[in-house]
Amino acid sequence: MSGAEKINVTVSAVVPLNELVTRFEFKRTDGALFPTFSGGAHTVVEMKDDGLTRLNPYSLMSDPQDQQTYAISVRRDDEGRGGSLFMHNNVKVGDAMVVSNPVNLFSLDLRAKKHLMIAGGIGITPFMAQIKQLDRAHGNWELHYATRNAALGTYVDELTSTHPNDVHIYYDDDKNFIDLENLLDGQPLGTHIYVCGPKGMIDWVRGKTAELGWPLESVHYEEFLAPQPGKPFEVKLSISNKTIQVGENESLLEALEREGVDAPYLCRGGACGQCETSVIGYDGKFLHMDHWLEDDEKASGTKIMPCVSRFEGKTLVLDR
Amino acid sequence: MTIQFKDETFRDDYTFSNSDWAIKRFPFPFHEDSYMYAVNMEQHRGGPDGSVYEKRFDVDEHYVSEMRDRAMVLADDPLRCQSLPHMTLAGWDLLELIMVSKSEDYPDLFELHRDGDQWHWINKPLGIDDKFTFLDETSLPYGPMEYITRQTQGDFCVLDQRDDNLWMDAGIVTTQADWSLDFDIGMNFFEWHAPVPLAHEKGIFVRALKFLLNIQQGAPARRLNWTMTVNPLLDTSPENYHKWGIQKTSLTPENIGQKQHLRVELQTFFRLPRSNALVFPIRAYLASFDDLMTVPKWGRRLHRVIRDLPEELATYKGFIDNRPMMLDYLSRYDDGKPTSDGIWPNLDTDPPRD
Ligand code: HEM
Ligand code: FES
Repeated sequence: MSGAEKINVTVSAVVPLNELVTRFEFKRTDGALFPTFSGGAHTVVEMKDDGLTRLNPYSLMSDPQDQQTYAISVRRDDEGRGGSLFMHNNVKVGDAMVVSNPVNLFSLDLRAKKHLMIAGGIGITPFMAQIKQLDRAHGNWELHYATRNAALGTYVDELTSTHPNDVHIYYDDDKNFIDLENLLDGQPLGTHIYVCGPKGMIDWVRGKTAELGWPLESVHYEEFLAPQPGKPFEVKLSISNKTIQVGENESLLEALEREGVDAPYLCRGGACGQCETSVIGYDGKFLHMDHWLEDDEKASGTKIMPCVSRFEGKTLVLDR
Repeated sequence: MTIQFKDETFRDDYTFSNSDWAIKRFPFPFHEDSYMYAVNMEQHRGGPDGSVYEKRFDVDEHYVSEMRDRAMVLADDPLRCQSLPHMTLAGWDLLELIMVSKSEDYPDLFELHRDGDQWHWINKPLGIDDKFTFLDETSLPYGPMEYITRQTQGDFCVLDQRDDNLWMDAGIVTTQADWSLDFDIGMNFFEWHAPVPLAHEKGIFVRALKFLLNIQQGAPARRLNWTMTVNPLLDTSPENYHKWGIQKTSLTPENIGQKQHLRVELQTFFRLPRSNALVFPIRAYLASFDDLMTVPKWGRRLHRVIRDLPEELATYKGFIDNRPMMLDYLSRYDDGKPTSDGIWPNLDTDPPRD
């Protein structure tokens, strides 16, 4: 079986937070307790969308110790392939859904003397859980959170009222930006940096820390890539002896699953490496979108990450 | 079944022995007539009734005596148990995992009562009845990892996961096959495996690490490893090599059947939820050659495996000098008949010995 263990849940609350973001809360349908998790973990939510099964990862933002309720916050993406639209438009209190056991690809380095968190927009969600974990252990942390404006500032009020000294908010519309260089300059030895937000923000923080000589091991980032829509393409599968079509609005991984091919995955966002698949032959061009393969592997045309990457061209033959 | 705990020793007079029950459920590690290192991992989700795979943490007739032996090793050498400061949360994770598993799997022997963070743990075989506050170290006589692993058979490595690697940042190691926690503490997966021959070249450790980094909560895995030990000695550590290394020269054709033991490690892997660390329990089982020869299939197979084992492995595992004597003994139990696939004894279906 692919992916983490599944849990049957019932939607227990749907809480709109602002124009774009809604929180969804789940209880276990069997009445048992959820597993605890570590801050930064995500769960993969299964959506039955008009004959398609979508599996989208969302950071767990509830208290990691709370075994009664899991919560995620979903930002509506009007341009994307529809997972977030499905959550916003179709999911109601009382609905039965399936989520996965927690998987953490963005965990705290518990050796850190201080945890410096940098969030952009909906990238705040994993930090909500990490902050609860650190508070319980009396950990030393500080959050710098950039968002468009007060109206779209998801959880800003909650964060600033509970932690007035540790939380710093920046509104783009006020031309108020994080002064990264100064911020990094003042950090004590043993500080670890965590960044979650849009790609531009992650690249900016990684670039600046590298330039200033921060060790790579002390800079952690999580960027979930949502699989992007693209032109349909055809794939031959050598092991299962099938030829399948990947539609415009589905990923290669989803197409494999639709055809009953058991393909491994965990994150479904190009980060964990679990779905790595060997290419047997091709004539065309790869659209590699993942963070997993090295540049030379991408150039070699021997590997593809089906959860996010696509293909354009005549033929693609995979070892599946 | 109710387990009859034995009162026995793993040192000095070596009164350790296996009952027939323990022999039949011994985790014989060879599924075919030859052996080579491989990424031999499978899910750890139970197994045949009564087998060592059935429960998450197997408890057997040697439990009480093994725990007494561990306490003696720790009294002589406290560095056998170490936990770097950032691993305390993982220690609580491990305590929770073991208490929950044992109380569910062996309700007659262990009880766990939880009321919020007020926990009550009863370990009947060891006569322990403690109340403590979960996540409060001051409420236990030892750190959480040490507390629970003084009550659980097998060694434990608790690995921190970061930078796409595993780090040996905590553990309790008193029943090991000649390696030292004090030496390996703080090392990563490739560093502590450096002494192993052949496996690096075969790419085994690169693939094994990828697998381990992806082990998920609720989906543990397991594998078997093995070596040879003269006398039923649990603590074959480098620290005490001067005491046990010499015993390897005490083998004679007359005593080899009783003294030579196959030592099998049931290694399991669990993701720990609160810390995202990985725990690696290494449970050692010992069986004398005489014990093993009661199963005709195992007698045939052990002879063939030891005979054909590459020299590098026999050297690394420390029995190259005694191999000829072992083969003299084992060849008497190999009548050349076929063996069935898999590790199980198959007493009813494999042919009886000539
Ligand atoms: C995180 C879990 C693991 C830990 C803590 C661990 C630890 C060790 C240690 C301490 C040794 C002894 C090295 C020495 O001579 O000093 C060893 C040996 C070895 N390990 Fe691991 N190991 C782990 C997982 C694995 C896995 C998954 C494999 C899979 C193939 C593996 C394969 C081996 C092999 C083949 C040896 C040589 C054993 C022999 O021939 O007796 N290990 N391991
Ligand atoms: S599933 Fe994680 S990289 Fe594809």
